[in-house]
Amino acid sequence: MEALHYLCTHKIVTIDSSSLFSVSFEQIGILHNRFKQLSHNEETLLRENFSKIPDLECNPIRSQIIEAFFDRRNFRQNGEGTVEEIGFEEFLVTMSHFRPPTLNMSEHQREGVRRDKLRFLFNMHDTDNDGTITLEEYRHVVEELLSLSEAMEKDTAKSIADAAMLEVASISMGHMEPDEFYEGITFEHFLKLLNGFEIESRMYVRFLNMDTTTLCK
Amino acid sequence: APGSRAVLSLSSSSSGPVSAAGPPLTGFVCVLLLVCVSVASASLDVGNNETRRTAAAETAEDPHHPTNSTGLKKAFPVLALNYDYVRKPFEIALWILLALLMKLGFHIIPRVSNVVPESCLLIGVGLLVGGIIRAIREEAPVLNTELFFLYLLPPIILDAGYFLPIRAFTENMGTILVFAVVGTLWNAFFIGGMIFGVCQIEGAQLAGVDLLSCLLFGTIVSAVDPVAVLAVFEEIHINELLYILVFGESLLNDAVTVVLYHLFEEFSHAGTVTVADAFLGIACFFVVSLGGIMVGAIYGLLGAFTSRFTSHTRVIEPLFVFLYSYMAYLSAEVFHLSGIMSLIACGVTMRPYVEANVSHKSYTTIKYFMKMWSSVSETLIFIFLGVSTVAGPHAWNWTFVILTVVLCLVSRVLGVIGLTYIINKFRIVKLTKKDQFIMAYGGLRGAIAFSLGFLLTDDNEMKSMFLTAIITVIFFTVIVQGMTIRPLVELLAVKRKNESKGSINEEIHTQFLDHLLTGIEDVCGHYGHHHWKDKLNRFNKTYVKRWLIAGERSTEPQLISFYNKMEMKQAMMLVESGSAARPPTHASSVSMQNIQPRESARGRAIPSISKSREQEIRKVLRGHLQNTRQRLRSYSRHDLLVDPFEDHVSEVRFRKQRVEMERRMSHYLTVPANRQETPAVRKVCFEPEHRVYTYDDGESPRGRAAQPRPGPADGVSLVSESPPGLGARGPDQEQEDQLKLSRCLSDPGPNHNKEEEE
Repeated sequence: MEALHYLCTHKIVTIDSSSLFSVSFEQIGILHNRFKQLSHNEETLLRENFSKIPDLECNPIRSQIIEAFFDRRNFRQNGEGTVEEIGFEEFLVTMSHFRPPTLNMSEHQREGVRRDKLRFLFNMHDTDNDGTITLEEYRHVVEELLSLSEAMEKDTAKSIADAAMLEVASISMGHMEPDEFYEGITFEHFLKLLNGFEIESRMYVRFLNMDTTTLCK
Repeated sequence: APGSRAVLSLSSSSSGPVSAAGPPLTGFVCVLLLVCVSVASASLDVGNNETRRTAAAETAEDPHHPTNSTGLKKAFPVLALNYDYVRKPFEIALWILLALLMKLGFHIIPRVSNVVPESCLLIGVGLLVGGIIRAIREEAPVLNTELFFLYLLPPIILDAGYFLPIRAFTENMGTILVFAVVGTLWNAFFIGGMIFGVCQIEGAQLAGVDLLSCLLFGTIVSAVDPVAVLAVFEEIHINELLYILVFGESLLNDAVTVVLYHLFEEFSHAGTVTVADAFLGIACFFVVSLGGIMVGAIYGLLGAFTSRFTSHTRVIEPLFVFLYSYMAYLSAEVFHLSGIMSLIACGVTMRPYVEANVSHKSYTTIKYFMKMWSSVSETLIFIFLGVSTVAGPHAWNWTFVILTVVLCLVSRVLGVIGLTYIINKFRIVKLTKKDQFIMAYGGLRGAIAFSLGFLLTDDNEMKSMFLTAIITVIFFTVIVQGMTIRPLVELLAVKRKNESKGSINEEIHTQFLDHLLTGIEDVCGHYGHHHWKDKLNRFNKTYVKRWLIAGERSTEPQLISFYNKMEMKQAMMLVESGSAARPPTHASSVSMQNIQPRESARGRAIPSISKSREQEIRKVLRGHLQNTRQRLRSYSRHDLLVDPFEDHVSEVRFRKQRVEMERRMSHYLTVPANRQETPAVRKVCFEPEHRVYTYDDGESPRGRAAQPRPGPADGVSLVSESPPGLGARGPDQEQEDQLKLSRCLSDPGPNHNKEEEE
């Protein structure tokens, strides 16, 4: 009940009995407990709190994941830039990107969910928020992915990123003159690239079975 | 022996018409040959009797004419006939050859192969042959259990297990297990029980069928068969999820079938089954399945470990894979464990390490031999099924057979619907009604059911009736369901397989997503699916890979191996398309210079994949180009009458191809060739006829063409100017790379260039 109380007192949510009192309530409670645990009972979370999670240390893209939590573009309020600390509301909203798909979604809804999740991924890659993923940013992504393996030649990451970029350019642009320059992957190109990826059925965490549309008013 | 002479004469006379004949005549000749070999094999018993009789006659004669026989000398036989000596291997080879000719014939006739799946056609051929043999009143070879389980089934299962899509399989493991275990149990008990019930109600004819026999029959007929599923599903290309669900179920239900079969067979003699026996049965199930998996895993690890040391004897590498897997199967069968699960476990365990260790040629060999063996096995199984149908003892009972077929369908549908309802509560990606329909419809029975029925001991008086019913069910599912599933799939617009080539972007994002989801789970503090998978991967990387993979490949991250594999594939594709002189259809004109940032274009450092890999790819390309070159040259050397004009043109064409290939190579490989930016000006020089040309290996074409250029009659004068792209990096690179053992280098290929070394 405490979570619900918290949410109500902070005027984050208006109680919509049909959706909020279904399966999701329990999970909000669990997440709230976790929030408290990570923040040591503070109101907000800082980056250091995330860095202290022991399991995250073996993760090669650790820093990007942490940054994603503090990225205002993921707060669904059309903001930009980063923040230094987040409250439970922002934590929950970022987590909501990992909802599992519901059974009876119309094609339109499914498309919306796909764009949503791909937008999250895009934001993770596009660190300078200029709307495109440049070659440098993509190289950085690949380097991070390979960062934990030992004895790797630095150029290998570059070639892989270059090959990937070449592929995107071929798919999106088709034909280019020798002196044209491909600026970077825009969001539309990104969508086209990962069209067959079925991200709405792959990008979810199992127990986050909640509907948070009522949370963001 | 008259039969064998008939074989000889026919084979000699038919070699003429076969080459000129169209497909129908080929088919007719094949059938005729099949008939003759079977007649030959059958009549040899007769033949043997004859020779024995003549031998007896001779020995009887000898005491009568001892002196005469020493005087008379037999003439030296110039040509003798001894069919007995080669009889067995000859027949086996002939059967296999003719079965494969049949298969070939079907694909030449396109109309038929579009409508009817191959398995049906093969059964039809089997029926035909069986009918002919029966008409001659001879003994037909039957699909006996030993032949099937020991020789015909393992290649198919190994092929399926080795190339099993692991990701899809593990993601749906829960669903597959529920369907395999609970589904098969439901089918067996439902069918057995209902048949028993109906038999009790029916007349006195069927009253002799007791409950245990019915349950035994139910077990045999309830298991979904992997061979039939593969044969049919392979042709309809449905999406991966459905394929893995039905196929995975057909593989994993082997454990259940084995346990139930032995349980019921044991106790059908004893008469009753107690509760204690039921508990023992459950325990047996766990032993059988887990034991089978363990045996397979052990052999798989052994195979992986062995492949670590095969860098000096590449030619026998594929054999290790096959032998270890076969041993795993046989060892499991020794203890009555599930051989199929053992084989699957062996293939799955062995594959990632073996593929990292073996050379590219061995990898191709393994792949093609497996496909080849499984294809032959499948063909033989279906043909034998047809032959055995005609040959076998039959006891047709309308009630029983119709009842069996109907019950199989009903229980399958009910089982799928019921289980899906339960499973969907736990699945994220739910199974839709279309999926359920395909799963229910795809539950085909096949040769395993037949062999198990054949295995029933003969004192079971219901055996012939059971066999008839089993065969009818098999025919119904394979023929009716097999034929109609393709139009149904199209009608229902079931999602088809995504024929996407490997994409480096998708691989990057797959890995990225894995790490991201693991990270999110860690942030939530929730130890889910991804967390454990990540832990397993890390364990694999730190401990297992060090032991099982040789050399530097053991620390190579997956992304890099994937990238290297793709580059290799691109190179192979370029080689093949280059020789056909046809540009690949997906060519887009985007190349490296379009994506490199403009400022760094001038002082661009050339990125490289690991040098050994790059060299490997270049050697493949270069080797191929040199093959072409050597082939051309041998023509001009041996055949002095060859028109030098033609010789020159083909040389020039070869040079053009090389330039073209270099250009394309720098498009698709991100490792650009060391060349200038301006496209080469291509000119060709036609020399007059009377000159004979010899070329040196590394000669620059420019020097060649600078020679006299008298006005040729045709007037076209082009000089080929290809920059020495590939060759330039050669000498100093070679020094460095002699130290590095590249996999390609250590392959003793047929052309020994001086760069290739052990």
